[in-house]
Amino acid sequence: MKELLTDHKISSLKTYFTSYRHAVWIGYVMIAVALIVLPFLVESTIGRTWVRILDFALIYGMLALGLNIVVGFAGLLDLGYIAFYAVGAYTWALLASPQFGLHLPFWVIIPIGFVVAGFFGVLLGAPTLRLRGDYLAIVTLGFGEIIRIFLNNLDHPVNVTNGPVGINLIDPISIGSVDFTKTQEIFGLIFSGAHIYYYVLLLLLLVSILVCIRLENSRLGRAWVAIREDEIAAQAMGINTRNVKLLAFAMGASFGGIAGGLFASFQGFVSPESFILLESIMVLCMVVLGGMGNVWGVVLGTFILAILPEVLRDISSPLQENILGKVWLDPESLRMVLFGLALIVVMLVRPTGLWPSKKNN
Amino acid sequence: MDIFLQQLINGLVLGSVYALVALGYTMVYGILGLINFAHGEVVMVGAMVVLSMISLLSSFPLPLGSELILLISVVSAIIVCSTLAFFMEKVAYRPLRNAPRLAPLITAIGMSILLQNIAMMIWGRQYKTFPDLFSITSYDLAGANITNVQIFIICLSILIMIALLLLINLTRIGRAMRATAENPSIASLMGVNVNTIISLTFVIGAALAAVAGVLVSANYSVAHYSMGFILGLKAFTAAVLGGIGNMAGAMIGGILLGLIESIGAGYISDITGGFMGSHYQDVFAFLVLIVVLVFRPTGIMGERIADRS
Repeated sequence: MKELLTDHKISSLKTYFTSYRHAVWIGYVMIAVALIVLPFLVESTIGRTWVRILDFALIYGMLALGLNIVVGFAGLLDLGYIAFYAVGAYTWALLASPQFGLHLPFWVIIPIGFVVAGFFGVLLGAPTLRLRGDYLAIVTLGFGEIIRIFLNNLDHPVNVTNGPVGINLIDPISIGSVDFTKTQEIFGLIFSGAHIYYYVLLLLLLVSILVCIRLENSRLGRAWVAIREDEIAAQAMGINTRNVKLLAFAMGASFGGIAGGLFASFQGFVSPESFILLESIMVLCMVVLGGMGNVWGVVLGTFILAILPEVLRDISSPLQENILGKVWLDPESLRMVLFGLALIVVMLVRPTGLWPSKKNN
Repeated sequence: MDIFLQQLINGLVLGSVYALVALGYTMVYGILGLINFAHGEVVMVGAMVVLSMISLLSSFPLPLGSELILLISVVSAIIVCSTLAFFMEKVAYRPLRNAPRLAPLITAIGMSILLQNIAMMIWGRQYKTFPDLFSITSYDLAGANITNVQIFIICLSILIMIALLLLINLTRIGRAMRATAENPSIASLMGVNVNTIISLTFVIGAALAAVAGVLVSANYSVAHYSMGFILGLKAFTAAVLGGIGNMAGAMIGGILLGLIESIGAGYISDITGGFMGSHYQDVFAFLVLIVVLVFRPTGIMGERIADRS
């Protein structure tokens, strides 16, 4: 009798865990707990700088998701994507810093940044609608450079962007008198600025992921994929390719704009140095390496490429000391050599990306 | 007027270097449909090897004239760059020939990062000055200055471009290259060894890049490990401007971009009433590119509709 009862208990537990719905919810709860606890763990084990690195990874996540709309969904190769990030960052910087003496609250700036970046997206998209493939790539690249050069030189005759020096003392996100970049103590737990921003950015990244997944399965998302696969056939099926392409540019750009604004508020400082072509290329690498077109793949690629250089930075000196006895090679360039090598090797092993979208195959 | 002539000369010099580099981009693109992002780094390696070879040869008490030193150095740079490009294609691009279009682009970017940082390890972070093998003499040309180095650059580039056009249009190898660019699988049915031709394309492109590297570092008399990236970018822009995949287009695009840049730098301040200074010369170049592509979406000489998107 006793044995029977335990058997029964075990089998009911088994059905509880194997039942799909429960398993999924338990998984969600575990992931949520892990994501909430992660910064505490990171801060206590490998140090506070790593929480900042996580924050930047989250910002890059939003950027990469935005670029994924343009490159992954709609198949438009954009090499100047960082321009929208720059537009978002400078919008925030100009509206919430001593530069013009404006200090608008974040809930006003975020929608403005969204709209302004989207507008720039259309500005880039409109003249390039007829271009295909690599002609589009070089024009977008040129657009990115044009934006950066303007940011670099718009300090005269009228000082708008403060030129190469950049804009300093940018307001952080704050609610009432609670400043998000200052260390706060809540229920006896100490939250550093980077830690609070982690939750803000995590929330926004999750919203972005949700938006992307919903977009992918929408009428618009299917239209983008149709254009990516065959533009002429898509047109024949009644898709207004002009509007749909412009929407891809605008939506991708507005993701970048929001990410840029958060970057400016988190960093407290922006300068044209942060928006060089290499950054565009980096975000593109995140998208392609992770798996173009697949939202989860893009997130994975972002985290690997945002964190890998930092790991390599930490290990490139000790590694040489252990293997060779002393530091032979400049650790900074060794780090980049290993990074370049990693890009090549990953693409050779998995040409469709680490976690490709199923539709692509 | 003499200012205009001066900018014209500077633009022509800059443009011939762009044209040489752009040819490497356009040949690879024509055959593989690949933007070889690492091509700029090959230019840099060429310049660096020449500088090292010149200082190495000058340090020995050998009875070599400066012409001979330069020649040996340039030839060794061509050999190094060609070997580099050969292995680059074999390792990073060949395994991805049937992969999605963006996969080789990422390996090319990886290659570019790799080469730049290896070059920094070998040659250091500082700017290297080009040794003065020859005395630079300046000639007066209707009020503008032109140096012997500049004359040399323009003449050599024109000679190389003519030789290349002859190679492509008149020889058996050139015919095989054109056939491969047209359709690789049909070309291989016709007995063309496509792999060899693709390797050869990379080798020729790298040889041109090595020469361009020497010329650009002789013109500005400096070389730096990061010089390849921006030069490669400009050259790629030039190739697109001319119609990518088209050899004559790359030459015209290169020279045109050089002229636009230097004339733009000279006059942009007058055009905009002092609002924009010469810092905006790249803006000017890219705006011209965008305008040209809006009206001719496949570049100046691009007849073929690029349907590889």
